[in-house]
Amino acid sequence: MDPFKKKRKMLAALKEIKEKGRVIKCPSCGEEHPEDVLKVQMYVCPSCGHHFKVSSVYRIKTVLDQGSFHEICGSLRGYDPLDFPGYEKKLEETRNNTGLREAVITGTGKIDGIKTAVCMMDNRFLMGSMGMAVGEKITRCFEYARRKKLPIIIFSASGGARMQEGILSLMQMAKTAAAARRHSEAGLLFISVMTNPTTGGVTASFASLGDIIIAEPKALIGFAGPRVIQQTIGKSLPEGFQSSEYLLEHGFLDAVVCRKDMKNTLSLLLHLHQKPERRRLL
Amino acid sequence: MSDHNYTAARRIMAARNSERPAADEYIENIFDDFFLISGDRLTGEDPAVIGGIASLSKIPVTVIGHRKGKTLEENIKYRFGMPNPEGYRKAMRLMKQAEKFRRPVITFVDTPGAYPGIEAEAGGQGEAIASCISLMGSLKVPVIAVFIGEGGSGGALALGVADKVIMLENSVFSILSPEGFASILWKDSSRWQEACELMKFTADDLKKLGVCDTVIPEPKGGAHEDRLSVFRNVRKELITFLSALAEENGQQLAEKRYRKLRNIGKNINTRRKAGIL
Repeated sequence: MDPFKKKRKMLAALKEIKEKGRVIKCPSCGEEHPEDVLKVQMYVCPSCGHHFKVSSVYRIKTVLDQGSFHEICGSLRGYDPLDFPGYEKKLEETRNNTGLREAVITGTGKIDGIKTAVCMMDNRFLMGSMGMAVGEKITRCFEYARRKKLPIIIFSASGGARMQEGILSLMQMAKTAAAARRHSEAGLLFISVMTNPTTGGVTASFASLGDIIIAEPKALIGFAGPRVIQQTIGKSLPEGFQSSEYLLEHGFLDAVVCRKDMKNTLSLLLHLHQKPERRRLL
Repeated sequence: MSDHNYTAARRIMAARNSERPAADEYIENIFDDFFLISGDRLTGEDPAVIGGIASLSKIPVTVIGHRKGKTLEENIKYRFGMPNPEGYRKAMRLMKQAEKFRRPVITFVDTPGAYPGIEAEAGGQGEAIASCISLMGSLKVPVIAVFIGEGGSGGALALGVADKVIMLENSVFSILSPEGFASILWKDSSRWQEACELMKFTADDLKKLGVCDTVIPEPKGGAHEDRLSVFRNVRKELITFLSALAEENGQQLAEKRYRKLRNIGKNINTRRKAGIL
């Protein structure tokens, strides 16, 4: 009887955990991958190419040059304008759980040295839904970019307008769409990046108004939700319906871009929109 | 006479009443010389959106509205007032035309929402609505929206971005249908009446929130009880607003409309407490 058997076993197990790290199962192919591997792969499944959902903070880290991000309107927060039961509490809980103030982070940053305004939506905050604060932050970011003559890049990840703020959420569609147009009329570039999922009121407002619209692979993109469509027409939906690839095929996207190529793609697009003199210098 | 004691659920039932005057009836009774315009010049024609040129007390105007249909046959043809992308693109075509010829735009909103279908999605329903909303926000001619019945979701907003928003007393404008709301919130669409009380979608609510500018009272029992008086009142409001808006130049109008959108929700008193602005 080895008196240290139990301890040795435990140590071996610990070592294994340390070596392998946490294991994450891909929701698409079911393959299990250590978290470290996924991290290196930018949370793209090495087996099937599934893009895991990532946070707004992660996007900032991976898309912008290191240390170049400056947040604007960071203190703006949503509240309960219509006295909706439980909403205030839900906001509070979500803030505590995610460390985020709202479903979008806005600011400026650089991509390969070119300054741009950015909005990163975050799925973890009430499905990335757009209420008054989200609409206001995005609008102000458009206005800031217009004043400073900057391009703007928006990563959308949203279920649409936020229900708890009712019609006031819906009106954010009109507000952000108008702000996008004014930015565009000033001759400035807007790149819309749609990630999984981009649906409802976000698809039907600023996200569809980019000069260039790109998406991550196999993202759900659409106006009406698939369940609603199925109930309405009483038929099953075709394979791949409302995916990035489906939209590309139907002419509503310019490109489907893997997360690992995202920064390079955005960099290229920003370069192609620089004034000629500046481009020669670079 | 108007009745302020109606519950929100009762209002939406009135808004959906099939007897209620529809957009084409308003057009017929309020305007002269209506000329119907068809097609989006891209992919097709959607009869769920009716549009054309008309005159209102001798001023040429562009008129656009949702159409639900009165008979079952019409209902099916117009998909119960739920437009496809072609409908919104036709509306955009009409709006651009209005801008070119400096005609005011008047819309009649009456839809449960945009049509949720396979072809609609394949045709870019989201893009069509986004572009329509964005265009309406920037038009350099006066825009007046009249909510005459049901105003559901982005499908209603696509014709509802205006300098002046007029709502009939029993019309509604909501983020989605109360049935959809209840089904998301409680996974039970039969609790829609409860949802109605939370959603704040009646004309009075929207006036308070700054989304609507004027509420037109309806006869007892609803607009269908005395159509002619409703048409008369809507016509009167339209003329009042149009003559006020005619004073301003196009650039000013677009700028003011943008400011108006920026200000929605500003008169809500809890704003400061929450630290917004």
